[in-house]
Amino acid sequence: MDFNDTKEEAKFRKKCRDWLEKNATYKEDSTPQNDDFANKDKMKAAKAWQKKKYDAGWAMLHWPKEYGGIGASSMERIIWANEEAKFDVPKGIFEIGLGMCGPVMMEYASEEQKERYLPPMAEGKEIWCQLFSEPSAGSDVAGLRSKAVQKGDKWIINGQKVWTSGAHFSDYGILVVRHDPDLEKHKGMTFFFVDMKSPGIEVKPIKQITGGSSFNEVYFTDVEIPDSQRLGEIGDGWKVAITTLMNERLAVGDAGGADVEDAFRWAKTQDNLGEPLLNNKAARESIADWYCEKSGLKNTKLRTMSALSRGDTPGPEASITKIVSAGKLQNIGNFGIDSLDMAGMLRTDNNDVKGFQNAWLGAPGMRIAGGTDEILRNIIAERVLGLPQDPRADKGVAFKDIPSGNS
Amino acid sequence: MNLDFSDDQKFLQEEARKFLEKENSLLRNRKVLENQSHFDQELWTKIVMLGWTGIRIPEEYDGLGLGHLELCVIAEELGRFLAPVPFSSSVYLFTEAIIKYGSEEMKKDLLPRLVSGDVIGTLAVTEDLFAPSKDNIKLSCESGKINGKKIAVPDASIATHALVVAKSEKGICLQVADLSHEGVSIEHQENIDESRGHFSITFDGVDTQAIGDEISGWDIYESIINQAAVLFSYEQIGGSQASLDMAVNYAKERYAFGRPIGSYQAIKHKLADMYIALTLAKSNCYYAAWALSTDSADLPSASATARVSAIKAYQLCSQENIQTHGGNGFTWEYDCHMFYRRSKLLSLNLGSLSNWREKLVTSLEQSNIN
Repeated sequence: MDFNDTKEEAKFRKKCRDWLEKNATYKEDSTPQNDDFANKDKMKAAKAWQKKKYDAGWAMLHWPKEYGGIGASSMERIIWANEEAKFDVPKGIFEIGLGMCGPVMMEYASEEQKERYLPPMAEGKEIWCQLFSEPSAGSDVAGLRSKAVQKGDKWIINGQKVWTSGAHFSDYGILVVRHDPDLEKHKGMTFFFVDMKSPGIEVKPIKQITGGSSFNEVYFTDVEIPDSQRLGEIGDGWKVAITTLMNERLAVGDAGGADVEDAFRWAKTQDNLGEPLLNNKAARESIADWYCEKSGLKNTKLRTMSALSRGDTPGPEASITKIVSAGKLQNIGNFGIDSLDMAGMLRTDNNDVKGFQNAWLGAPGMRIAGGTDEILRNIIAERVLGLPQDPRADKGVAFKDIPSGNS
Repeated sequence: MNLDFSDDQKFLQEEARKFLEKENSLLRNRKVLENQSHFDQELWTKIVMLGWTGIRIPEEYDGLGLGHLELCVIAEELGRFLAPVPFSSSVYLFTEAIIKYGSEEMKKDLLPRLVSGDVIGTLAVTEDLFAPSKDNIKLSCESGKINGKKIAVPDASIATHALVVAKSEKGICLQVADLSHEGVSIEHQENIDESRGHFSITFDGVDTQAIGDEISGWDIYESIINQAAVLFSYEQIGGSQASLDMAVNYAKERYAFGRPIGSYQAIKHKLADMYIALTLAKSNCYYAAWALSTDSADLPSASATARVSAIKAYQLCSQENIQTHGGNGFTWEYDCHMFYRRSKLLSLNLGSLSNWREKLVTSLEQSNIN
């Protein structure tokens, strides 16, 4: 056991770091940045950084050279991400496009389309979003109802998508819709990519409980998509969507925000009935448990990396990451706010307090996005532990005959 | 980056697993529990013959001269199969203490006999129905002679020697006592996991040898405990994995309302939570194993982290394994209770969950995690 890079890894890490040191500055603290891309300057800065990376070959380093990558290994990707995370650079805006839309385009788009769309995606010139969830299709995303009707060499789309991150500033989106409700649920879907500036697309931001708006409702009214923008065969929509969802589960990692270090630092100085909060037994026990969760996730990641470094396929252990970190985030938010007693209600300028309040307000979203706690437990139970699926009421019948309640 | 065991270590683990399976360790555990025989002599003899008692003992003292990582993989298997032997007392605690803190004379005397199984050690620290601390140890030590009583000492009926925490005029000292001394009397104490006997030991003017000096006994004791916590944690994740496997298998086979109970989300989510707790504990154990094998400055926090998560994982996995088995899980006949008992024994033997959480936060204060 050791934590050392192999010779090649060390060489690659140095290369990453040398470039980053020349082109960016180290982060001063671990406070997560505010990624409010409605702010034009932030968007500009994010695009400029992505372009800089692209020009130097760092933007999508695992992609083949012809689309702007350098054909890097998984391990090299991780090393780059580790190093980049130490620097004060914009992030968050291109993740959906590069993490989810990119892989689908890579697998299903024509050669011509790949050459047209992948490089600007990597460069940050064009932003992509993912149009899957619908008002009545969340965890059960295959229950989607937006309609596609074929008309000559075009498709006419009608319906509504929801929870679409970044739709308000995206240029393109990947879209899965129902082309035939008479077929079985998973057989009647088809997959496209769509120009978000197409006539008939209307984007309405959703105001979240945090007060911010990173998600949208997207309405489709007689939107035309050329058949050439179909990804996969007619009826293969679910198969293509699964590729994306698998990538989403890899992309949605740790729930960022206030963590055990923040709770610990806060507890050292925060007064609790005349003593530092850290003298309180309940506070100490909570901090111990969060520390165990945090280091358990960190060491799990190191095990995964060890497998990649050896060239092996990692085990399923990384499947616990989001469920553990999102729950921890919510608990730490509660802990920090409660420590202020009656004053915990107040919005203040104190950065620690803001961090706890943001954690508390944001954590419910983290426990839902990219697979709810419940869906993730099902996935662990069925795919890792091999337990049987629930009997289902939506198999072997036409989609239109599946019970759907009042929604 | 290589947070994993080597191929040789994995091979050793595989061999250990095959051996304990073939030896029917679980059935042996049940027999010891039912007969209150405290340990399985035959299994212990075979373990000694395999050389496991000498894994960490240097070759010059007849041992195998291997590292802590080899001991970790063995510990995981002993935990998985609930081996009813004094391995944790004699190897993780007593032998490790002699290797690290014993005088040369002591090593020459004891280590070869620990390898051969002629010497079996244990640790005697608790005196009353609360946690021992350097302020409440009463058993006295004057010029190496000890007087007083220890309770809840595991494996004392098979042990030949004990490491005894005692109070001298100057402070806390750590003494090695030969249990064949005429001033020693050992009495069985009923306990909640009789597959591993627990005893009181009364020392009446027993001559002992000191490990370390007269004042650093508590620090040495803490250091031994911090090391042993990693090895105990490996037994705990072995037991957790066995409990989870049992629950998963049962959930696939048992039908209710016309389908396997494992197809109900109430059961799936319970089992997923067990997997999550076990994965966190296991990953923390890997890091602690590294810290132990390299004698890292991180060892106190790394071992406490492994220990807290391993206690929690085994507690959850063993109790929810019973729950998944329903009424069957509550019977003596099913093995579920043996894991439930062992999870409690292993969690208490080195001090409780609550006190390990406290140790963890104390170590964070000392190392200043931010």
